[in-house]
Amino acid sequence: MREFDVRQLTEAVSTMVQDVNYRYPADVKHCLDSACEKETSRIGKATLEYLKLNAAIADEKHIPICQDTGMVAVYLYVGQDVHFTHGSVNEAIQEGVRQGYDKGYLRKSMVSEPLFERVNTKDNTPCMIYTSIIDGEQVILEITCKGAGSENMSVIEMLKPAQGIEGVKQTVLNAVKKAGPNACPPMVIGVGLGGSFDYAAYLAKKATVRSCDSAHPDPRYAALEDQLLSEINQLNIGPQGLKGDTTALKVNIETHATHIACLPCAVNISCHITRHARREF
Amino acid sequence: MKLTTPITKEKLAGLKAGDAIEITGTIYTARDAAHKRMNEMLDCGEELPFDIKDAVIYYVGPTPAAPNHVFGSAGPTTSMRMDAYAPRLYDLGLSVSIGKGYRTQAVVDAIKRNHAAYMVAIGGAGALLSQCIKKAELVAFEELGPEAVYRLEVVDFPVTLAIDGEGHNLYEE
Repeated sequence: MREFDVRQLTEAVSTMVQDVNYRYPADVKHCLDSACEKETSRIGKATLEYLKLNAAIADEKHIPICQDTGMVAVYLYVGQDVHFTHGSVNEAIQEGVRQGYDKGYLRKSMVSEPLFERVNTKDNTPCMIYTSIIDGEQVILEITCKGAGSENMSVIEMLKPAQGIEGVKQTVLNAVKKAGPNACPPMVIGVGLGGSFDYAAYLAKKATVRSCDSAHPDPRYAALEDQLLSEINQLNIGPQGLKGDTTALKVNIETHATHIACLPCAVNISCHITRHARREF
Repeated sequence: MKLTTPITKEKLAGLKAGDAIEITGTIYTARDAAHKRMNEMLDCGEELPFDIKDAVIYYVGPTPAAPNHVFGSAGPTTSMRMDAYAPRLYDLGLSVSIGKGYRTQAVVDAIKRNHAAYMVAIGGAGALLSQCIKKAELVAFEELGPEAVYRLEVVDFPVTLAIDGEGHNLYEE
């Protein structure tokens, strides 16, 4: 059995939320650079150049890339032979968010409840924590600091199995069309297929946390990721909705087994920054 | 094309959706909660915290300014969430709103009716846009944190005219 000091989680979360808000993740930056090279629309290319310049200023002058520094979701994978010490795992993670948003001069965007008073909690907590048990002694932390402009354009459809691949494509393309300039294109699209109503949405968000340099391990789904990206980029929405070839940088699909009657399809839309990070302990 | 505040209807005449514009002068920040508050103030017959006539409202919730910085990261937020309140403000003399994304028909109609304008800044370019902000002063609703109203002095703040005074819409061309 491995003993694991939860204070390591506080330190890691605090550092990760700051890092992703000041510097593009390498995989997303790579997609943005390569899209900029290929963009054929004049205004589209100028807009992508503008985003690259913004990234350079953020890094050099230490200003968050975007003012919406996000709502934090944490994915914690815990080896079954790990024993946590020195306090509560959940509180250690929340403390990491609190410290990171304070030290990093990041925007505090959380309100304590969704409907009535909507009072800002002033420290960007609570974050959402998803915990999974894995084999062995490892602890893995993945985080995303998700902006709301794109989050608000996300959708879920309970498709019929007969709607198949076409149904999935239509759901994704319709979501992207509806999102348009609101979601700060070029977007990263997370698609969750299978499971149940709630699990598909979970998978869609998790797909945006996966590296943009990766592909689904099943070649059929990997091919669908590429097809969807190509069809999205033919919509001529373009960077910031000002037309062009680059509406999305990447489509990531996550899948799960499902019921004989179900084909849940969730689309989580993310912006051109897509702040995600992973750390293994 | 350069525009200096106050942006009167005369200065907007002749501008077309799609025009690239750089704004210099005074603009006010306001987003969801500030709009709700201002709407409630109007319902109660109270004065707004700033003069709305020929004013520019920027839909933004900045990050806190770090030491030695004038203002934090300050890119536009999604305008559509302000659409429930925007027509009333245009009818009271608001000249320009700045945000990102689509507007509802009611807002397009209000812009047309008042020969006003809707401009868009580049979403997610908060670091770059913050460099155009030379001075920032709290005006109202400090308790709203990032949703408070600030008076900003900006120089060459880059925007694109998205809906012009004749109702032409950049996103529908």
